Amino acid sequence: MESLLHSVQGYIYPDELQLQWSILIVLYPFITGLVAGAFILASLERVFNVEAVKPTYRLALLTALAFMIVAPLPLQLHLGHPERSFEMYLTPHTTSAMAMFGFVYLWYLMVVLVLEIWLDFRKDIVLMARASTGLKRALYRAMALGSDNISERSLRIDDKVGKFITIVGIPSAILLHGYVGFIFGSVKANPWWSSALMPVVFIFSAMVSGIALVLLLYQFVSWYRKTAVDMPCLDTIARYLLYAFIIDFSLEMLDLVHRIYEADESFKTLDFMVHTKLYFSQIILQIIVGTLLPIGLLALVQLVKLTEQARRAIYGAAGLLTLVGIFAMRWNVVIGGQLFSKSLLGYTTYKMGLWTREGLLPAIILLILPFVILYILVKLLPPWDEARDAEATRAER
Amino acid sequence: MEADRREFLKQTGLLLVLTGAAAQAWDFVLAGEPEKAPTYKLLDHWWAMAMDIRKCIGCGNCVRACKTENGVLLEPDCFRTWVERYHVHPDDPEHPEVDSPNGGYDGFPEKYKAGDGSKNFFVPKMCNHCAHSPCVQVCPVGATFESPDGVVLVDKTYCLGCRYCVQACPYGCRYIDPRTETVDKCSLCYHRITKGLTTACCEVCPMGARKLGDLKDPKDPIHDFLKDHMIHVLKPEMATGAKAYYNGLDGSVR
Repeated sequence: MESLLHSVQGYIYPDELQLQWSILIVLYPFITGLVAGAFILASLERVFNVEAVKPTYRLALLTALAFMIVAPLPLQLHLGHPERSFEMYLTPHTTSAMAMFGFVYLWYLMVVLVLEIWLDFRKDIVLMARASTGLKRALYRAMALGSDNISERSLRIDDKVGKFITIVGIPSAILLHGYVGFIFGSVKANPWWSSALMPVVFIFSAMVSGIALVLLLYQFVSWYRKTAVDMPCLDTIARYLLYAFIIDFSLEMLDLVHRIYEADESFKTLDFMVHTKLYFSQIILQIIVGTLLPIGLLALVQLVKLTEQARRAIYGAAGLLTLVGIFAMRWNVVIGGQLFSKSLLGYTTYKMGLWTREGLLPAIILLILPFVILYILVKLLPPWDEARDAEATRAER
Repeated sequence: MEADRREFLKQTGLLLVLTGAAAQAWDFVLAGEPEKAPTYKLLDHWWAMAMDIRKCIGCGNCVRACKTENGVLLEPDCFRTWVERYHVHPDDPEHPEVDSPNGGYDGFPEKYKAGDGSKNFFVPKMCNHCAHSPCVQVCPVGATFESPDGVVLVDKTYCLGCRYCVQACPYGCRYIDPRTETVDKCSLCYHRITKGLTTACCEVCPMGARKLGDLKDPKDPIHDFLKDHMIHVLKPEMATGAKAYYNGLDGSVR
């Protein structure tokens, strides 16, 4: 407690000594952003017929699901009473953005993601059920939910329904992450958060982070499986990343310029914070290393003719930097919004625990967990085209 | 006979100690249902607080009484009410020097010399029991709510401990009680005011700098207070319908 008092500059309200939302709440918008972004990338192929990104379509869907499963965990871990969290569904308070988020989440997970993945993989599941024996067969049978019909006609229906769900899914994905932005943007007590731009910035930063993640995963998976990378696909994804990034960065700069020009009562306090406590995470990590640098790298590929190998290296670096930048952005929103006093007269410090419930270790575990889930999902439902063909031939035999 | 005498003594004692209304309500209070007492009708009251900055001497009585009455932890980050000291240079009112050592619990050690050309005053702070509370709006399960008599309360058996309300309160009036892992805040001594008593902080204020008022009671002195003074609420731009009314609130107070 003494050390807490020493970490205060100026005057903060006594109850503000407690910093309420920790690194786990940073993870929450970061992870949901990856979900929404990966899904929007996947839907490009299906709804907008961008054939080039097809090799990543199913991988992107499974990635979205893996991260979606983990998304509520940091929230649960953060609650004082996780055992009461289900009350949000039973007795939701309709004016609460957080309560409504529970329903948006459930809708997105069950109606959009799970259903779309099931429809897309139904043929594979049925074929794998036919080709395997024992426990594995029982598992795939259960996953097929009793369906066994993979006639041309039924697959056409799958495709039609799947396309419809994707169309519903795009606004849902935007809603999902826009809503996360709204949870922060609607807090009028906090000038760092309170902004109508917040949901929009969150949506575009989500697209940026999701696309970057799939870009990296696709390269990693190709390297791991020793298969050739589909370069037109990679180039297309990188191009979309650049476009989304430019929009995202423009929106963030619009917010910044607006704040500087309006210079309302909170400006001096926030400006001081950005130049001191948030300098490294905001100016260095988020803007320079995590935004300008990857945008520059991605733009370079568009301007200069580079070899395949150079492009791949650039995409890898840009993807990683992008994820660092978007994580820093989430950090600056969540933690930054709590480093200054609502009295606008002082500042506090966030001291992250290491092994505590809301410390660094649980955060790292929660960031690794989606990849473990993705590994299992990929084993269960191989998203590769050749896997699909192999299953088909085996089943025919 | 013995029982009758005991009953008589108890009733007389209660009447002597408590006000008439409170004595009548006592049984319901003991049963944990003060709102059902025939003498306390929720819809007959609309509670507010009148604070007079010119009267506050920063003694910290209110802070201590609040902590004692409500079992608030004696930690420097757990306060249902606290007192701030302002030191304002007339030529720089935008940058007041503010402090609140241990929330004013131990009073204020002398810091500023008289006659240095500055303005010094104390500001008692507490939940504003807003009529349009942002904290109530954001609670995902409705664990915090506005009672029909105008008090913002928390149901601790329902609170998730998500802390969204702490973020939403513009006045910094909420904290997490580490014992229950739920949010805690000023209840306007609901257990007292429903018995016809005043709040603990008002009870002990030697200057009468804070007074509980019932806006629905036409005879309540708060009406005169609001009429006779230039009244301000904290952060009016937040449009929270704050019901902690201040007399003599300086523009530098945040």
